[in-house]
Amino acid sequence: MALIPDPSSEPFRLGQLIYDRRYRSMTIQVFAFIIIMAFLWQLGWNTVQNLSELGKDFDFGFLGSRAGYDINQRLIEYSNDSTHGRAAIVGILNTLLVAFLGCILATIIGVIAGVLRLSKNWIVARLMTVYVEGFRNVPLLLWILVIFAVMTEATPQPRDFREGGDASMMLFDSIAITNRGIFIPRPIWGEGSTLLVAVFFASLFAIWAFRRYARKKQEATGQILPVFWISTALFFVPSVIFYFILGGPVTLQLPELGGFNFTGGLQVRNSLIALWFALSLYTGAFIAEIVRSGILAVSRGQTEAAFALGLRPNRTMNLVILPQALRVIIPPLISQYLNLTKNSSLAIAVGYMDVRSTLGGITINQTGRELEGMLLLGVFYLVTSLIISGVMNVYNNAVKLKER
Amino acid sequence: MANSANSSVSYVRTEMLPEQAPPVSEAGVVKWVRENLFSGPLNTILTILSLVAIYWVVSHVFQWFAYGIWTANSLSECREVRDALYADGRNVACWAVLSERWNQLLFGFYSADAYWRPVVALIVFFIAVAPVMFNFGGRKLAIFSAVSPFICYWLLWGGSIWGPILTALGFVLAWLAYGQITRQFGALAGIVASILVPLIYWRFGVAPLTGLADGILPIGIENIQSKDFGGFMLALIIGITGIVLSLPLGILLALGRQSDLFIINKFSVIFIEVIRGVPLIVWLFTASLLLNYFLPPGTNFDLMLRVIIMVTLFAAAYMAEVVRGGLAALPRGQYEGADSLGLDYWQSMRLIILPQALKISIPGIVNTFIGLFKDTTLVVFIGLLDPIGLSNAIRATTEWNGIYWELFIFIGLCFFVFCYAMSRYSQYLERKLATDRH
Repeated sequence: MALIPDPSSEPFRLGQLIYDRRYRSMTIQVFAFIIIMAFLWQLGWNTVQNLSELGKDFDFGFLGSRAGYDINQRLIEYSNDSTHGRAAIVGILNTLLVAFLGCILATIIGVIAGVLRLSKNWIVARLMTVYVEGFRNVPLLLWILVIFAVMTEATPQPRDFREGGDASMMLFDSIAITNRGIFIPRPIWGEGSTLLVAVFFASLFAIWAFRRYARKKQEATGQILPVFWISTALFFVPSVIFYFILGGPVTLQLPELGGFNFTGGLQVRNSLIALWFALSLYTGAFIAEIVRSGILAVSRGQTEAAFALGLRPNRTMNLVILPQALRVIIPPLISQYLNLTKNSSLAIAVGYMDVRSTLGGITINQTGRELEGMLLLGVFYLVTSLIISGVMNVYNNAVKLKER
Repeated sequence: MANSANSSVSYVRTEMLPEQAPPVSEAGVVKWVRENLFSGPLNTILTILSLVAIYWVVSHVFQWFAYGIWTANSLSECREVRDALYADGRNVACWAVLSERWNQLLFGFYSADAYWRPVVALIVFFIAVAPVMFNFGGRKLAIFSAVSPFICYWLLWGGSIWGPILTALGFVLAWLAYGQITRQFGALAGIVASILVPLIYWRFGVAPLTGLADGILPIGIENIQSKDFGGFMLALIIGITGIVLSLPLGILLALGRQSDLFIINKFSVIFIEVIRGVPLIVWLFTASLLLNYFLPPGTNFDLMLRVIIMVTLFAAAYMAEVVRGGLAALPRGQYEGADSLGLDYWQSMRLIILPQALKISIPGIVNTFIGLFKDTTLVVFIGLLDPIGLSNAIRATTEWNGIYWELFIFIGLCFFVFCYAMSRYSQYLERKLATDRH
């Protein structure tokens, strides 16, 4: 029966490299490797040649030299005497700040819009459809510019807030929306505020521990503790008590009109606001679709079965629908967070000083180090992306349907 | 008997009652409103809030929008016309900026007597994609589709007709070489020849031959530089080229990522992750700032071409992930079935795996297309005049200084129309290709 001769007994022939499937894959790979390496070598060689022609070297020393430009929005101490490296860090923090704020607001908007789009209320569902389609089908850059124009063109000037002006501050004279930005109260951290913050974080930890305990107890005994109320109490009560015990260490400095502008308080610049809102509304539209599809992905039988077991609607939502919907929602949600972080580089449109504007913009222009600057910029975004997608993979493995 | 029964049970009805109309609250508009708008306290509040919001927007915007002024040469003239027309001092839109700058918004600084060329190129493009999109036409139209890129290129950039024709000849040469060499020396030599022959021809043959042909028979139209391209024409050129090129490249990358060949697999993974991990705007800056470092000294090529390459690579990496999702979603049995039929790798991919995988991934593919088309606006940051760049340029002139909303609304609407049309088309395609329901 064995008419096929044993291939190993035949001597190796050169033709087998091409016509034998076992060797052909090796041949293809070797050729691919050679071509890719030749291409990369060509790129590297060209770069070396071009650099030497321009009289440049490849050196990251510029990060330690004086930056000499100002950054109007900073989370850490920075002046124009600081180094380029510090300017880059200021930019990175600004990018992370707008990404963080954007992710939070986008999630809130997206969840609300996604749930409302499924509502039986015709008008609300249609309005949300208009919102989602409107934001998904128009470039983000345009939305950033529109919101920035709204913030600068359609808001009153600071002088309109004076006596006789037609603008007024909101929330007991604590917030002023002007064309130079939004002025909000600034917290002044007095003596003992460190302790207060510590108490606050301790209460957050206590909430986490309590919820864990409550879940364990429910799984063991079936007894359900009033998680929501106790969590709320834990969130507020210790901090408030300590606030008064310590004699009010944190005070608020309200913005006041002085001269032609507001002084005191915290100025949130229009660039940040426009970027933040535009990113949130744009990403929110995508998240709304993700939430909607996640809820629709849980079959109706699950709800009916939960009702048949006698669960009330909110328990059905919490214990049956949400855990299953979240499994569908979370992975694309995190990739939306990733998109938001990358899209924050559109800050260039409104002059927000993110990492692309400091390290990838002014620093490159001043030092003429395009290659090094762009490389660092790319590495920063790449590392951020890889960290976020790494977290996503860990989560995915944790909530994956465990088939037994 | 019947009579006595009737008389003793007097309350039994003997005739049918006529059908009655349902109560007012359970029929028609009232029922619909009750069920859809006011079914509970929360719903009622939401309805009222939405109505208030709609009223607020309409009352503020409608007048501004509908009473807009369409003929004026500058913003100040617009305001004069407004004050003359409406004594009540209402604020109205100045749509005149669109009518006055219409050509610029569509074509940028393309030379005015050549506006017909992009229009014809767009029509050529639509005829060329018709066989793919709506499944009609047949073989002759398919040949036209293959030729159409060269026609479009010639129409848009102009110059001698011989350049595109002789470049296209390279593909014919490749085909001929493949046929001839395969017959004589086997398939592998044929493939190598079909790659090498056109490359040599393009490198050394095209330029002298073009010069020669021009000397004999100069046919050509006015040459237009890339820097004059702008407006929606630019967005469409970058978008469409990116879309057409990124799909095949993305499929190849996805196959590479699924491949068992270690080096090809790792190279695809690295390429995809690096491209996807960095924002497009950084890639565009790389294209405009750094590409000169990577090219041989002394070469310099068109910024628009660089942008198209970057946008294509960027979209291809996203496309690869979408297609990979489709490949992974196919049941294992399809791969094994293809193997058991004795098909080789490319046959099984072409005939069995890819048609199904691409069908599954249509929504994702079209989403990537839409994203790519929207991302064409980013080229404004490296100095190309896309619609947003033109809106900035228009605002910088003295006539139209201070005009925002009209331009934004127009640009937004145009993008909306294109993107929404694409998403509707993908839904149509999904319905058309659905084989699992009747």
